[in-house]
Amino acid sequence: MDKVDACGCADPVVETDRVIVRTEKLNLHYGKLQALKDIGVELPANRINALIGPSGCGKSTFLKTLNRMNDLILDCRIDGRVYIDDVDIYGDIDVVDLRRRVGMVFQKPNPFPMSIYDNVAYGPRTHGTKSKTVLDEIVECSLRRTALWDEVKDRLRASALGISGGQQQRLCIARTIAVDPEIILMDEPTSALDPQSTLKIEDLMTELKKSYTIVIVTHNMQQAARVSDNTAFFLIGEVVEYGPTSRIFNQPTEKRTEDYISGRFS
Amino acid sequence: MANPPSRKVLGRINLYYWKHENLGRGLVTGFGIFLAGLTLLMAGFLAVKGLSTFLVDHVSPLEFLFSTKWSPDADVPAFGALIFIVGSILISTLALLISTPFSISTAMFVAEISPNLGRKVLQPAIEIFVGIPSVVYGWIGLSVLVPFIRRSFGGLGFSLLAGSLVLALMIFPTITSLAADAFRALPTDFREASYALGATRWQTVRKVLLPAAMPGILTGVVLGLARAFGEALAVQMVIGNMIRIPGKLTDATVNLTSIITMDMGNTATGTPWNDVLWSMALLLLMISFLFILLARTTGQKRRSLK
Amino acid sequence: MRRRIRPQITDRIATATLYLVAGAFVLLLVAFVGYFLYSGRSELNFKFLFTEPAFSTAGGGIGPELFNSIYLVFLSGLISVPIGIAAGIYFAEYAKPGRLTDFLRLSIETLSSLPSIVVGLFGFLVFVILTGWKFTLMGGALAVTILNLPVIARTSEDAIRSVPESIKEGSLALGATRWQTIVRVLLPSALPGIVTGIIIASGRAFGEAATLLYTAGMSSPRLDFTNWNPISATSPLNPFRPAETLAVYIWKINSEGLVPDARQIADGASAVLILAVLAFNLLARFLSRLLGRRFGGSRS
Repeated sequence: MDKVDACGCADPVVETDRVIVRTEKLNLHYGKLQALKDIGVELPANRINALIGPSGCGKSTFLKTLNRMNDLILDCRIDGRVYIDDVDIYGDIDVVDLRRRVGMVFQKPNPFPMSIYDNVAYGPRTHGTKSKTVLDEIVECSLRRTALWDEVKDRLRASALGISGGQQQRLCIARTIAVDPEIILMDEPTSALDPQSTLKIEDLMTELKKSYTIVIVTHNMQQAARVSDNTAFFLIGEVVEYGPTSRIFNQPTEKRTEDYISGRFS
Repeated sequence: MANPPSRKVLGRINLYYWKHENLGRGLVTGFGIFLAGLTLLMAGFLAVKGLSTFLVDHVSPLEFLFSTKWSPDADVPAFGALIFIVGSILISTLALLISTPFSISTAMFVAEISPNLGRKVLQPAIEIFVGIPSVVYGWIGLSVLVPFIRRSFGGLGFSLLAGSLVLALMIFPTITSLAADAFRALPTDFREASYALGATRWQTVRKVLLPAAMPGILTGVVLGLARAFGEALAVQMVIGNMIRIPGKLTDATVNLTSIITMDMGNTATGTPWNDVLWSMALLLLMISFLFILLARTTGQKRRSLK
Repeated sequence: MRRRIRPQITDRIATATLYLVAGAFVLLLVAFVGYFLYSGRSELNFKFLFTEPAFSTAGGGIGPELFNSIYLVFLSGLISVPIGIAAGIYFAEYAKPGRLTDFLRLSIETLSSLPSIVVGLFGFLVFVILTGWKFTLMGGALAVTILNLPVIARTSEDAIRSVPESIKEGSLALGATRWQTIVRVLLPSALPGIVTGIIIASGRAFGEAATLLYTAGMSSPRLDFTNWNPISATSPLNPFRPAETLAVYIWKINSEGLVPDARQIADGASAVLILAVLAFNLLARFLSRLLGRRFGGSRS
């Protein structure tokens, strides 16, 4: 971590329980189908918040409401409130700015078909950074923070499609932190990866939460138990239970949560 | 902090969005609509010119469509275009009849028998065929085909047959590539299911794949027909341009595009003779629109089949 | 047992027949190309390619015609490439499904299937008569642009659509606007397909004749190839002069036929057009492979 601090990217570690994301009566419909029902959660900053639940339960949909990626889907209707830093992101705001502050990592690594360097520099360039020295600095620092620098520093100009799947996913994380977001959304980021690459990404998340708030969707309960601080259990569009991970996994208050965690249904 | 984009307060809409989104969006939307508008503009211009035959020169539309009497320079001129219409229909239908069996066979070969040879040899060959200019087709028709027909069947050589053969060659790649697409688009299950029942490859192709691919093949046939109907120079160079309905395959004849090509330069704008040529152009436009609608309906059947 | 064997035999016969048809087709193409290169071989020399045509004597060249064809394709490309790609972007990314879009698509499909002679007549009406330009290279280029636009728009749209959705999402999630995503990610990824479309359209324009008879005209003024001032009347670069192209010339010497060696000239000019078709095809393949490698395919 010394090197990271040396390149000036790491924000000071803040150990507060400041709530950064808050939703109130959030409802979402795809046409007539209701995908989210009355979601009201508060996610604290600088924590890893895991969203678990069976497939189709709305956890990915919920994740995408936080950076308004659902805007891209036709006849998707949202009501209720989502506050980030106490600003209603469905109010009169700039979506571009929102997405810069709320980054996203996808299920399958999706590097752009360009060089490794250009992938990481894409975000800053898009937001107006032209200076070569500044870009170099951002690229190096983002790659270092994702532990990718030593692996790719000799081939920054090579195509990003030429590195392994695990490396590609870390590149996508590097690409996300290159625009210096506050929150990083991760949609089953390790589901397409082998166990070793998965562990690397999990270590990375623990490292990253010092500077960022992480919201991760996972279908892998061991993963949720291993890395997250808080867990929300989703079922058919509703949040059944939300709280510290250790409590959710050891003493769930809801019967349905217990059933799911003990594998009685999936 | 190394990151230059300053943290803006959420909630402020700035010039950034206008500059990076709305400008580009407006531009491409404008061009997209412009392109569609161009068609309408064209239809409008041709309609104005083409309808003046009937509205200004008072030629009866029925005479235009159904009379074979064409004497535009007589004292009492007659403007029956039926000969040209029949010529166009005959030539393109014949071309289609010649071309379609070969096209479908080649498409079967490319998609089912040897996809490897298909991709490496036939696909490039088809692309080259599409690219050959129509005057070159016309010229080979004129310098090779016409003398050949003259020697083999007598007559002038310039004939309905020559025109149809040249057109058949020209529309062959169009039909073949669309038919091959239709075969390729069929799900693999069809083949597997048929082979699993012990059918041979030919039985599978003939009994299962051909009927299933038929809507797509028909689309190809319709578009081939459209191309044949509208082709001008290649046909004009080899059909002899005699204003009469042909009695046999080796007779010279004429079609819509040829008469437009030849007479447009010899007639003065605004004369009834000239106006009639525009009416023929309008007719061609309407027919190609009909072909597109037809191709769309056959294409829709294909979609509902999936 | 007899009945059991029959399908296998039919299968063999059918397969053999299909091989025969496909083989005959390839043979036909080889014969076609071979014939022109053979019969035009004596004309494929420097003198024929670069000298002026003769009016009534043998031995004329095709220099100005060749130049006009190339210049016309270039001018038309200047207009049709940006507009075509823009329209492709609109239909791939911005057009919302619905009646209006259906209607726009129908219009463009109709435009792309119009007989080229009809496009030529429209060009005659607008770029020759209405503008008062008379027969000009510019008028011809604009008419050919109308032919090319739907082709380029269509191939651009297809190429942009074939870029994976995940890549688009990745860019939007970084806070890029839709437009930035298009310009910085989608267009570079779609470039091989777009370039192929442009080259196909250019090849078509190069050999186009019916559209040009009544727009660019069937004559070319005496050009002074040392005069590169685009507004001078004898300059080859002046777009507002009549400009007979190579394909039009083939048609004209066959229908007017004043020169005694019309046949050799037509053979030679056809050979040049065929060579151009081959060159355009090879170029399209080469460029799309090169660009495909440059923007992603490579796994170094």
